[in-house]
Amino acid sequence: MSTTLLVVQVLNGLQLGILLFLIAAGLTLVFGVMDFVNLAHGVQYMLGAYLAVLFWRLTGSFAAAIPLTLLAAFAIGLFLELAIFRRLYARDHLDQVLATFGLILILNDGVKALFGSAPLSLPIPDALSGSVRIMDGLVYPFYRLVLIAAGLAVAAGLALLVSRTRAGMLVRAGASDAPMVSALGVDIGRLFSLVFALGAMLAAFAGAMAAPLLSVESGMGDNLLVLAFVVIVIGGIGSIRGAFIASLIVGLVDTLGRSFATDLLKLALSPSAANQAGPAIASMAIYILMAAILFVRPAGLFPLSRTA
Amino acid sequence: MTGPSRQSPSRAVAIAVPLLIFAALALLPLAAGFGPKSYILSLGARVMIFAIAAISLDLILGYGGMVSFGHAAFLGIGGYAAGMLIDGGRGDMLIALPVAMLASAIFAAATGYVSIRTKGVAFIMITLAFAQMIYFFANTLSAYGGSDGMTLYARSTLAGMPLLKGETAFYYVVLALLLAAFLACRSLVASPFGRALSAIRQNPARMAAMGYDVDRIRLVAYTLSGTLCGVAGFLLANQAEFVSPSYMAWQRSGELIAMVVLGGMGTLHGALLGAVAFLALEEILADLTPYWRLVFGPLLILVVLAGRGGLVGLLDRRRG
Repeated sequence: MSTTLLVVQVLNGLQLGILLFLIAAGLTLVFGVMDFVNLAHGVQYMLGAYLAVLFWRLTGSFAAAIPLTLLAAFAIGLFLELAIFRRLYARDHLDQVLATFGLILILNDGVKALFGSAPLSLPIPDALSGSVRIMDGLVYPFYRLVLIAAGLAVAAGLALLVSRTRAGMLVRAGASDAPMVSALGVDIGRLFSLVFALGAMLAAFAGAMAAPLLSVESGMGDNLLVLAFVVIVIGGIGSIRGAFIASLIVGLVDTLGRSFATDLLKLALSPSAANQAGPAIASMAIYILMAAILFVRPAGLFPLSRTA
Repeated sequence: MTGPSRQSPSRAVAIAVPLLIFAALALLPLAAGFGPKSYILSLGARVMIFAIAAISLDLILGYGGMVSFGHAAFLGIGGYAAGMLIDGGRGDMLIALPVAMLASAIFAAATGYVSIRTKGVAFIMITLAFAQMIYFFANTLSAYGGSDGMTLYARSTLAGMPLLKGETAFYYVVLALLLAAFLACRSLVASPFGRALSAIRQNPARMAAMGYDVDRIRLVAYTLSGTLCGVAGFLLANQAEFVSPSYMAWQRSGELIAMVVLGGMGTLHGALLGAVAFLALEEILADLTPYWRLVFGPLLILVVLAGRGGLVGLLDRRRG
């Protein structure tokens, strides 16, 4: 287990963590403020990737495709909130699960019908391609570093937005006690729409930034959605800070587990047994972690104080 | 837990619907002789297997108010138990079925013990995460095909006899098990235990105050439900002669919930009807277009927006 490999895997883990945070941030806000289970959040990540490919094809420029994607994702988020989700806030969680599950089916098959079922790809823009030498014997793709930096910047911006602005204050107030905020004369419906659209935009940003690294295909958001759920359950539902820390934990544990579990087990087990058990344990690591955390703290690491 | 409410099932519908469905299912092999027989029989068996899974889910979803989003895990556990035992030459149903049930029960009891401590949304997500955990675990089982899954070289025998081999015989074995499962669940929900479970859905605090061990009743219900779903998994692997991690994909769990709600939850016969309707709809739509989910998705949203009750609710309203 060399230092170089460790550094590379830590960077990869950070990268997964950042992507997870961008998805989980919107999810946890929507949960916290509106008490709304949105399974369709994962397909908004997928939509971001598809939109980035679409706008890149139209404009030929990655730099233009990203802001266009964000705008379009924001608009789609607003539309979905007005057309469907708004009618579900007062319903119980089961109705929300089912309706948003229906939406997943529609969007997953919709992109197949529009773009074909073959995976699409988006080239890394020239300005961001190439590799950077981080230390002796370690070169790391520049684009991946950009992704980590962009994600951290968004996280910082979001933290400022939530903790320092009036809109952020209303969001936090709404998460603790929505009826009270509404009674104080705030148009809570409009606040919900904006939070929802912002969440959709963040997920789409994650999708668009990940598009050059992954194949863009139907269903690409489905498994990330479940990871994002794990993140917000560990972090505490509604907490941005919890989502950020839990994202990094999940990203690092998953990535490092997959690369080092087998080696670590070889210290205790025979090599063949370690080769068998390593991948199995690594694939379950984050879920076991989640179960352990919940066992000790059922409300997650950073539970919101609620007055409800 | 946000207890999903259920309408009180009209008595006539509660008797007529299952009676009609079971009569139709019993006669289907005779009618199948006039059409593509093996296709009809295998579709029929598949419908009944999913009906067992849907009934088991209704037990905790409709009666217990526990929105489990990881129920497909038990399909996979039952399926893998069948596959591994057949692979090891111990595939007789008298051994493999109890093992499949035991494995499902252990997984249900262990994950249920943690999950039941959480409430509401967290419960949905934890059951989902546990199912995802076992899904990824199955992907690493390289001795049993890993992510490609494993093909079963034979179906289970029944007391040494190759009873499950023929489509018609297999069909009737599944029908018998479905009937047994349905009747067992019916008497369970009517029992003091079932009444307590329903009451806990409606008012857990009150039941706790009355001295009921709320968490234990929930855990027992969750474990029974998982065990029954393991039976469905065992049958599904035998029917397809194949088992893979995709049995446990979380979309499958979503489909099971859709079946129960589509049919009308908290009635058992609603789950039965829902499984029939869901798979029939899938079969018809998939025949028309490869993008059948584009039709099914909006349908699901409309059913939810239109209100609770499902197909059984429609029948009830029509009568009264």
